Amino acid sequence: MSIISISGLTVDLGNQRILEGVDLDIDAGEWVNIIGPNGAGKTTMLRSLLGTVEHTGTIELDGTRPTKPIERARRLAYVPQSSVIPGGMHVGDYVLLGRTPHRGVFGRDSDTDCNIAMDVLTRLDLAEFTMREVGSLSGGERQRVVLARALAQQADIVLLDEPTTALDLGHQQEVLDLVESLRRDRGLTVVATLHDLTLAARYGDRIAVLSGGRIVETGLPSAVLTAATIAEHFGATVRIIDDPDGPVIVPTTGVPQ
Amino acid sequence: MTDASAAGTGGEPLRVARLRPGALVAGLVAVLGAMVIGMALGPVDISPKLIVYELLDDLPLIELDSGLSAQRVAIIEQIRLPRVVLGFLVGATLSVSGAAYQGAFRNPLADPYLLGIAAGAGLGATVAITQDWGDGGGFTDPVPLAAFGGALLAVVLSYTAGHVGGRSTASLVLAGVAVASFLTAAQTYVLQANSDAFREVYAWILGRIATSGWSEVVLMVPYFLLAAGIVFRYRRALDVLAVGDEEAQALGLEPRKIRVIVVLAASLGAAAAVSVSGLIGFVGIIVPHAVRLAFGASHRVLIPLSILFGGAFMVLADLAARTIVEPAELPIGVVTAFLGAPFFVLVLRTSRRSVW
Repeated sequence: MSIISISGLTVDLGNQRILEGVDLDIDAGEWVNIIGPNGAGKTTMLRSLLGTVEHTGTIELDGTRPTKPIERARRLAYVPQSSVIPGGMHVGDYVLLGRTPHRGVFGRDSDTDCNIAMDVLTRLDLAEFTMREVGSLSGGERQRVVLARALAQQADIVLLDEPTTALDLGHQQEVLDLVESLRRDRGLTVVATLHDLTLAARYGDRIAVLSGGRIVETGLPSAVLTAATIAEHFGATVRIIDDPDGPVIVPTTGVPQ
Repeated sequence: MTDASAAGTGGEPLRVARLRPGALVAGLVAVLGAMVIGMALGPVDISPKLIVYELLDDLPLIELDSGLSAQRVAIIEQIRLPRVVLGFLVGATLSVSGAAYQGAFRNPLADPYLLGIAAGAGLGATVAITQDWGDGGGFTDPVPLAAFGGALLAVVLSYTAGHVGGRSTASLVLAGVAVASFLTAAQTYVLQANSDAFREVYAWILGRIATSGWSEVVLMVPYFLLAAGIVFRYRRALDVLAVGDEEAQALGLEPRKIRVIVVLAASLGAAAAVSVSGLIGFVGIIVPHAVRLAFGASHRVLIPLSILFGGAFMVLADLAARTIVEPAELPIGVVTAFLGAPFFVLVLRTSRRSVW
């Protein structure tokens, strides 16, 4: 049975239709990458899952429709494309914010909450940063700290919006490898948006192509990432090189030699 | 063995932002110290030690003889004690409201007057004074009542107007600016048409901590408890709001609902403070920022310490207001800014923290 079941998802922002009749089922433990050109509605789709944008259509988690933010937050953890970093907050306190759905609006952080946060920090090699201010960290460290907050939430679904933006190649791999190992250990379900198509082919099980507010293709990376599909939806001319780990997308120059 | 290492992390336990006992003691000492000094100094100086004896003697089960004359006991208990208590209440309410506004709007420049409370109260007081609604004194004094009504009207108008322009905090803040300008214009018009009341209105606007017995204190206590209590209860939620509405909602909160509750509680407190003491500026900005710089930005620390240090600051500012040009009194709004601004610059220069 699908852990996430989206059907007929439609979102209007102002007078603009952003998503139109999106259907997508995602299995528990699956990693699905959503790709698509700028403005295709990738982030809006994640926000619909989070309940932060108004939408029509249905989004079910294990066959139920959570209505309150706190119910959703216990199932879904979110890593936004660029997080708001609060001034003066230490890494430890920031990661503890991930415990909010479990302690509620008024509750205190229990020893269990602190232990979970510390566990995650240790796991992500951030233990030494606990007393550093989040704002003083480098881009790569920050991204790991935001991921740590999401993991401290102990939700079984993680939504990642462009988790590798602003990271160099080494840190991109580091973050995605980390997500992959956590997925294996904890059986997380991962839904990510990614701009880098080769990375999208490397990590994850399935790719969904979002274009003009609709899902136009879904399937294995090797099936979806063809030169024709990319030309049609991204307006890009590419060559696909088959590699044992998945297709490699190489842009070719549009100017005739 | 710590809990954290027992759980298998092998590391140090997590140090969480919370109010440390040392900071709490510092705040309490500041409040009690300011109050005793505030009661000791005046046209008649009374030894702080004897004041402490006299007040302890009033407590049940404690018998202490201060040896003070009945007249001095009356000065302490009927004149100076209510005044320092009111000073504490007004200062504590304004600074906790300021801290709440800054947290709820995620804006370091937010103060309790952001949604037009000052302008609304100013209009209300001006109308009451110029229309000569009489002087009921105490609970029925029309000036504070009209100021309170004007302040609440301003907040309601700002919220209504801000909602029309969308639901962002920016549109609410802009609505506050528009409402404040509008009400200030109305107040200026009323005042121009009744220029004989100019001095009285001006004196009210500049603010003062004046008491006639305990009636102002009794008036102020419930609003202080309400505002401080609600904001204190939401201190952890305000820490979560620091990551922005979208992420706060992804963490399971309802940011808009929390903002409405916190802002309305803070506004009610600020409106009550303004109605008993006039427009005392700067406290709602300076005290929370000084606390952040000295003790940290977490609302778990900021909210309780803003209450304590805000109260202490106002008691000392009032002491300066009534002693510097004795027997005349300086407007307290002048004192808070005149003493507060240099002090704040000092804190700003010496602090190593980045809090915004």
